Amino acid sequence: MVGYSREVARRVFAQEFRESNLTFKDGDDQYAPQYLMTPTGAKVNRVFIVGTLIEKEDIGTDSEYWRGRVTDPTGSFLIYAGQYQPEAAQILAECETPAFVAVVGKPSTYTTGEGDVLTSVRPESFHIVDGQTRDLWVLETAECTIERIKALEDGTSPNIQKAKEYYDPDIKHYSSIVLDALKSLKETF
Amino acid sequence: MKELAQEISARFNELGVEIPIGEIEERLDKMINKFKVPKEEARRSVVNYFLKSYNINRNEFYTGQSDSPVENISGATEDGKWLGVRGKVIQLWDNSHESISQVGLIGDETGTIKFTVWESANAPLVEENKSYLFKNVVVNEWNGKFQLNVNKTSSIESIDDDIEVGNATVGFSGAMVDIQSGSGLIKRCPECNRALTKGACMEHGKVDGVYDLRIKAVMDDGVSVQDAILKRDQVEDITGMTLESAIALAADALDQGVVLEQMKGSLVGRYYRIKGVRIDRYLLVESIESVFSYEQSELDELIAEAEVI
Repeated sequence: MVGYSREVARRVFAQEFRESNLTFKDGDDQYAPQYLMTPTGAKVNRVFIVGTLIEKEDIGTDSEYWRGRVTDPTGSFLIYAGQYQPEAAQILAECETPAFVAVVGKPSTYTTGEGDVLTSVRPESFHIVDGQTRDLWVLETAECTIERIKALEDGTSPNIQKAKEYYDPDIKHYSSIVLDALKSLKETF
Repeated sequence: MKELAQEISARFNELGVEIPIGEIEERLDKMINKFKVPKEEARRSVVNYFLKSYNINRNEFYTGQSDSPVENISGATEDGKWLGVRGKVIQLWDNSHESISQVGLIGDETGTIKFTVWESANAPLVEENKSYLFKNVVVNEWNGKFQLNVNKTSSIESIDDDIEVGNATVGFSGAMVDIQSGSGLIKRCPECNRALTKGACMEHGKVDGVYDLRIKAVMDDGVSVQDAILKRDQVEDITGMTLESAIALAADALDQGVVLEQMKGSLVGRYYRIKGVRIDRYLLVESIESVFSYEQSELDELIAEAEVI
């Protein structure tokens, strides 16, 4: 296929992901991909997360519908997998908690009656990994986030403009999230 | 605009023609400011006008210019870029059109690229396995692939060196975020080595396939995506699963798919460093290694960086 390129899986910490609530499409086409813009200007159509699965629950009524909570040093991601994510749902159903997991998925948002926007992840793949991979992810996500924060300060790309106008992000807030995450790698248990 | 006018005037000067700079500027100004003509177009039009009025041959004006710099073939990745190439003609193909003199593949140490010699170039014919210097050729992009055009401003010189054709190896480091279908335990056509789909070869129809292992992986570093193909050696290396054990596994389960499932389970979501040759959108992997740890210094540097933001 000409002109098609796979969406990059962005690296975003849980706290930043939770604080995101701007979704949009490029263009009016019904098949245009949906994006979630995060406060530091990551344009997310796919995320890659490695964290600890700490809770899981089957919240489905008729068929299985699994909800998992995956934490990173800054907070947690909610993962929902149902019949249309059979591979992920199966692994979620079978695995023990806590466990280190790697999730590739699409961001999705839900607006509550009060108008709050909740973000979650619909997994394309869900696999058990190890602690080293999780640490590597924290490092990589910190690096990506630092890059975005820097671009936020002096960049002028449309994404950055959009994020700035909508969120008016507090740069100190996000740099301290990154710093805390990195420092958590220094702690030995 | 002043610069542009001076540039044009200087070039005409070299050809021994004195044109009042005011006249050039006036024409440029009219084009650009009054009629909103893009700069490059305006320049071309102004140059053409003076060429005509002073009766100068177009080619004289343009070909007198210095040749484009000789570059590596791996650098020919920009539509419309002019460059020179030193390389060996690897293959010549049948050409399909009378206005084309020759079509083929030329390579240097850094890679290979298709080239087309147009009839209008009046260039000497090239031969396979001989090395040439292609001067002033232009890169052209079609369907995401690049090729070189040898046209009438280009020239071809035969050179005596035997150029070693190589492929530049590139590296990529990131997480494996997906393994695509067509991976795991597959069957290949015994005649042409193509992977079979549903037991049939595209070329030779239903055949008794030969088992092989391969992985079509999607690597992602958070900034870009790289498709990668792992051949049997690398697959066995990284999964610890041999072709024999994969066949046994599939036989036990009566399903080839379990091999792929198992590979996904052990590889997806983890970090790897790969090296290989880029072919189209794929990286043909020559070596792959797991990334388990990071340097403390990396962590310290990032902390320092985060602190100063």
